[in-house]
Amino acid sequence: MSLLEIEDLRLHIGNLPILKGINLTLGQGKVMGLVGESGSGKSMTALAVMQLLPAAIQASGRISFNGISLLGAPEAAMNRLRGNDIGMVFQEPMTALNPVKTIGEQVSEGIRWHTRASRAEAEERARRMLDRVGLPEAKFPLSRYPHELSGGQRQRVVIAIACALAPKLLIADEPTTALDVVLQKQILELLRDLVDEHKMGLLLISHDLAVVADMSDRVTIMRNGEVMEAGETAHTLSQQRHPYTRQLALASMHVPDRGEKAADRQGPEEARSAPLLSVNNVTRDYPHRRTSLFGKPGVFRAVDSVSFTLDEGQSVALVGRSGCGKSTLARMILALDRPTSGTINLSGYDVSALPEAKLKPARRNMQIVFQDPYGSFDPRHKVERLVAEPLHLLEIAPSISERRDMVADALDKVGLAPADMDKYPHEFSGGQRQRISIARAIITRPKLIVADEPVSALDVSIRAQALDLFADLNARLGVAYLFITHDLTVARAITDRVMVMHEGKIVESGRTDDILDRPQSDAAKALVAAAPDLQRALERRLARIGRI
Amino acid sequence: MSAHQAAPSRSFGLLLHAFGNRSFLIGSAITVLIALVALVSFFWTPYDITHLVVANKMKPPSWAHPFGTDHFGRDILSMIMIGSRNSIAVALVAVGIGMGIGIPIGCWAAARGGWVDETLMRMNDIVFAFPALLSAVMITAIFGPGAINAIIAIGIFNVPVFARVARAGAMSIWPREYVLAARASGKGRAQITIEHILPNIAAILLIQGTIQFALGILAESGLSYVGLGAQPPMPSWGRMLFDSQTRMMIAPYQALFPGFAIVVTVLGLNLLGDGLRDLLDPKLRRER
Repeated sequence: MSLLEIEDLRLHIGNLPILKGINLTLGQGKVMGLVGESGSGKSMTALAVMQLLPAAIQASGRISFNGISLLGAPEAAMNRLRGNDIGMVFQEPMTALNPVKTIGEQVSEGIRWHTRASRAEAEERARRMLDRVGLPEAKFPLSRYPHELSGGQRQRVVIAIACALAPKLLIADEPTTALDVVLQKQILELLRDLVDEHKMGLLLISHDLAVVADMSDRVTIMRNGEVMEAGETAHTLSQQRHPYTRQLALASMHVPDRGEKAADRQGPEEARSAPLLSVNNVTRDYPHRRTSLFGKPGVFRAVDSVSFTLDEGQSVALVGRSGCGKSTLARMILALDRPTSGTINLSGYDVSALPEAKLKPARRNMQIVFQDPYGSFDPRHKVERLVAEPLHLLEIAPSISERRDMVADALDKVGLAPADMDKYPHEFSGGQRQRISIARAIITRPKLIVADEPVSALDVSIRAQALDLFADLNARLGVAYLFITHDLTVARAITDRVMVMHEGKIVESGRTDDILDRPQSDAAKALVAAAPDLQRALERRLARIGRI
Repeated sequence: MSAHQAAPSRSFGLLLHAFGNRSFLIGSAITVLIALVALVSFFWTPYDITHLVVANKMKPPSWAHPFGTDHFGRDILSMIMIGSRNSIAVALVAVGIGMGIGIPIGCWAAARGGWVDETLMRMNDIVFAFPALLSAVMITAIFGPGAINAIIAIGIFNVPVFARVARAGAMSIWPREYVLAARASGKGRAQITIEHILPNIAAILLIQGTIQFALGILAESGLSYVGLGAQPPMPSWGRMLFDSQTRMMIAPYQALFPGFAIVVTVLGLNLLGDGLRDLLDPKLRRER
């Protein structure tokens, strides 16, 4: 008998089917990867196992855990199982912890509730557990609050809560999606070690095939509430018998065709005229929160004497871990923030010093694309108005019909219909919104687009399309890009040069292939080593099978 | 998913929800009724209240005088109808003053931040520190009693309320990426405030408006009660309460009906505000 058996699980909201007969079995000490794009029903499956589905959903089928039927089990019985025999790790470590309770309280809470242990005993177990997940008491006492920890450390606390009672089954719903690659690797290794130690079953939900290939013994691929394919990980993902599996695998390894242009741009340096953007010795300090009324607040140096140049039509990646200062640098280049010292020059305009009124010509030449396609539009404006917003920068305001023509043209360039301009942003999917966001960025025909993690919130297939679009616009319009990312596959796919940033400094820069294949600095080596790679993960897995 | 994913036709969906929301329905029904009564009183009242018929004085409720008559023989129903004009006008203008001054202050503080924010909000705190009625009494004591001064006094007390609500709302919109995109498009603080901030905080301001409106009616009645509001012969609900209190034992209806009018109006406006909040706040709406 397997640890978890799901048979013909069906979920409905009213007449709308959400899951259409899911079958899944997970044995003790095994890892099952559940892969699919957003809306495929992965999270719903997990919530059904936990019996935490929203009240409006009707479920049928059979879920058995260790021989106990979970579907329709009384709430009291579920409460005994949740947290004790079944643990869950959520995606967003920022909201999964209660901000007003210390981490010690939050870890021992479950222990006290399930084992009726005394406070002292529970805290002792919590201490051991936090030590196990890499938060030793000497550095991270139990009295810390969540806001005093970084994202990766918080995710460790969440894992400690989930594993505190050595559950038989752990469900991890996109546990590393909110983290950078280096943290992702650490968290995944921690999860794998815990699985081995406690012989837990792990249901790992992810949209990232490379992560799943690396972690799981078996994989289940879902789409629109149905299981497309299930089987042993290495075979399923390398043979790709099902067309959807192949589609997902291709999309996650997708590299846009950038033609000859990319190659000839890597010619000798001295042949070029003045660079489009030059950043000279830029430093940005932020004052710390004042600790006393009269004490001088200390400073935090987010960006530390950074210099680089970027030529017209060039595509450069700025890679680094979260908190390394890359977004701060981007904001200063876009003149949304001023450097503490140093200058930034964009096609002859000193954007670090000019007053706002004189920045208009410079602003016409640079635009931004954000990470979150949901938060980057005013929900109350129509697409026409949203895309036309940068037209405000033109010296002569275009007439209403000219404006509509320009918006239609920009939408056309990003592959949307001109008729879409009369819709509201909520009528579009995530991928389409990212296209709208690109349309907004190109409407003034800028020379530079700064893209802050532009594809990391997108599903793999949509991400492949977005990367194609970026490459295509670079080829057709000659736009230069500054891609800010922690994802090296994005950097490899569409950039000529890479700059690696670490603790406010640029520690390494050079041609993309050189850096990604032969990193020199420790920061770059760590990033390259941690980046999940489907091809390599599969090779490792196949080699392991071969040995056995 | 996210809060932005409302039904495709937003206004229609809102209308459907409105009919399902009991507090909104009752609140708006009461508010519309009071507004209608005030409008009708301009053209018609059952009796002329400037006409004193001493023979009819102190009549208990009857078919001829549903709410009875006062000690001068005036019809109480007619007085309440005309009094509603006064209450609504004072509260409306006071909310207008509060919004007109408070919202720009709050938006400016949020847009500028730093010492501008600090200065404006500390000044706000000073005004806020005085209990509303106390400051109203102070102002009318200085400038003399009357409806106009009551309006100004209640209006000033509304300013910090709206300034705070507007600032808090605006501060939550400023870090959004679409505001950053607007800044990258070279738009100034004022323009961003008008185009992006105000439309997105309009709902909370509207809700606060209905609640302040109710408080304004209460404050006006309070001021009139102590003789600092509308002056006789202009009828006002608070004044009617004051006039009738010495005769509570022999003619309770004289105090009961104006008091009832105040309670119902304030209740109606509060229900309306409550209902509006449920309707306009998508987060609360989803949880229902």
